[in-house]
Amino acid sequence: MSSVPTTRKPFFRRRKTCPFSGPDGIAIDYKDVKLLQKFTTERGKIIPSRITAVSQKKQRELAQAIKRARFLALMPYILD
Amino acid sequence: MSFYETVFIARQELSAAQVEALATNLTDVLSQGQGEVSKTEFCGLRNLAYSIKKNRKGHYVLFNIEAPFPAVKEMERQMRLNEDILRFLTLKVDKLDTDPSPLMQSKQSRDRRYESFGEKEEFEPFLEEGEKE
Repeated sequence: MSSVPTTRKPFFRRRKTCPFSGPDGIAIDYKDVKLLQKFTTERGKIIPSRITAVSQKKQRELAQAIKRARFLALMPYILD
Repeated sequence: MSFYETVFIARQELSAAQVEALATNLTDVLSQGQGEVSKTEFCGLRNLAYSIKKNRKGHYVLFNIEAPFPAVKEMERQMRLNEDILRFLTLKVDKLDTDPSPLMQSKQSRDRRYESFGEKEEFEPFLEEGEKE
């Protein structure tokens, strides 16, 4: 299943899985700015989970963590 | 007794010694209320993502606290009164993290941890459609 013939579906993109779920998922921490920055745009907005493939439950946790980091001025509310 | 985690930001004009004195004061406030600080981290002078009260930088300090609620409440009250403290956040946590926090190790490279999932660049092309402002 992993080797889908690329000739039939040229723009097939492997379905990504949630990086936080599962037994060896990464812990979400509001102090981990480097990690949180991967889930925000250059302007500082939170990237929707349909693009990052973060599970619904973890996306809520992630959003909470990003908002806490913003409050502590670890991350910007907006950049332009 | 519950576990709490407090981060506060002190004014940039303070010296490292003054920040430590400030942290000791707050620790004393907690111990008077039968609380205990199991870990204190001085994360040093960091750039703020946006200016708070005209400060562009701040000293970040992290406490791991095991204390009854009234002690924490008193500490927060003191923090509110203290003009050297720009901002603080106290959270109740299930268990205290004994390892150094990511704030401390931000200077070191820990990129290996993030290799398991897609890089940010991969998301960007999608975003342009939804992001027309």
